[in-house]
Amino acid sequence: MRNILLFISRYSHLVVLLFLQGLSLHLLFRYNRFHEAVFSNGFNELTGKVREGYSGIETFFSLRRENDLLREENAHLRNQLKEDYAWPDSSNKLMNDTLRIDTMVQYRKFVYMPSRVIGNTLNSERNHIMLHRGLKQGVQVGMAVTSPSGVLGTVIGVSDNMSVVMSLLHAQTRIVAVLRRGGGYGEVSWDGVDPRYVQLTKIPRTTEVKKGDTVVTSQYSDKYPPGQLVGFVEHISEDPQSGTFNLVLRTAVDFRNVHHAYVIRNLQQGEMDALLNSIKEPND
Amino acid sequence: MTDLLKNILRCCLFIFVQVFLLTEIPPLHRYVSPHLYYLFILWLPFRTPRIALLFIAFFYGLVIDAFLHTPGLHAAACTLIAYVRPFIIAVLLPKEVGESGYPEPSYKSMGIIPYVTYIMLLTFFHHFYLILLEWLQLGGFLLFIGKVLASSGVSLLLVLITELVFSRKSNYRTNMA
Repeated sequence: MRNILLFISRYSHLVVLLFLQGLSLHLLFRYNRFHEAVFSNGFNELTGKVREGYSGIETFFSLRRENDLLREENAHLRNQLKEDYAWPDSSNKLMNDTLRIDTMVQYRKFVYMPSRVIGNTLNSERNHIMLHRGLKQGVQVGMAVTSPSGVLGTVIGVSDNMSVVMSLLHAQTRIVAVLRRGGGYGEVSWDGVDPRYVQLTKIPRTTEVKKGDTVVTSQYSDKYPPGQLVGFVEHISEDPQSGTFNLVLRTAVDFRNVHHAYVIRNLQQGEMDALLNSIKEPND
Repeated sequence: MTDLLKNILRCCLFIFVQVFLLTEIPPLHRYVSPHLYYLFILWLPFRTPRIALLFIAFFYGLVIDAFLHTPGLHAAACTLIAYVRPFIIAVLLPKEVGESGYPEPSYKSMGIIPYVTYIMLLTFFHHFYLILLEWLQLGGFLLFIGKVLASSGVSLLLVLITELVFSRKSNYRTNMA
């Protein structure tokens, strides 16, 4: 016993080092599970405050550009208003209107919640975006995030007032996307090299692809509304093993200038999950 | 200004520069990820107890981690260099560190050649370990070696610039003061 104590006192520095190393490596390799428990709540709230203060200064310099973008989007949306379309009344017999306009609410699937971006990294292979909107404002883990110009990522951590988004530029990103013209489905991922380009793989070879084609989110996704811009085809190559196309996409979003985002909530998610769970049970 | 206050201010400044400048600038190349924050640990006073050094480094790294969403990564690298630091100082400075009048490592207190060796060795250890941990999760071997060398080089350049811009006036302490 005395020898053990002697040993510990002599090598106390080494013991402390090993303890601290063990602790940090544990944090690091347990990232995904641990992240949500401790890091998300305590630290996010704290670092979010600092980041928010700083981004207040930073956004000031790009206000003009941002305004232009938002104005453009406003114009785009205004052009879709019902008031913009007028046509002469041509009906001459009484019809029952089957479209229940007054109860439209129950058909609504997606709700867009605007949010300010207060943090954004580009340098690592795993980039994150931080939003100033959290649990109290209706954000939950797994929700999709877009910007006025296209897809940004998925929420992976939420605290009371902040949330952390796994950026499209993250090595673990997987999003189902579709070519708007050719209609082939594939998977969007990022190889960590250039923040301007992402990869779209598993596109069947029967699909017709041309450079410049638009890639959007598919209607099979339960998080993203269909038709959200992902990027534009920049380079086409063929995977000899699987006989599918590997495409390189230029991202629709300029990730160096992201200041506004929409968190998208799927109102029918609960019903969908319940249905999927109910059909799993008989097999178990 | 007392040493404590000076180091607290320095700590905040390094965190700010690392989090809001060095990780915000668009990457030069995929091999280059510049770091400067670890210089704080290299500049801590000679007389910091070794256990304290380890804990300071751990919590300092953890704060950086909290900002960059990489729990444990920088904390691990920081504790490693904090552990190695006293050994390197002991080898490079034959004299007992308490006897030299200077409070902290600088090219004045250690001499240019030992100080440069000190900075280079610890920079390399820091980057090697940090990038090793990153690499264990993804990446190829060439990426690993290239990233260690390129990032260490760029970080050394940043350290040099910092040394030139902020000439630390560490006054020689005598018994008279």
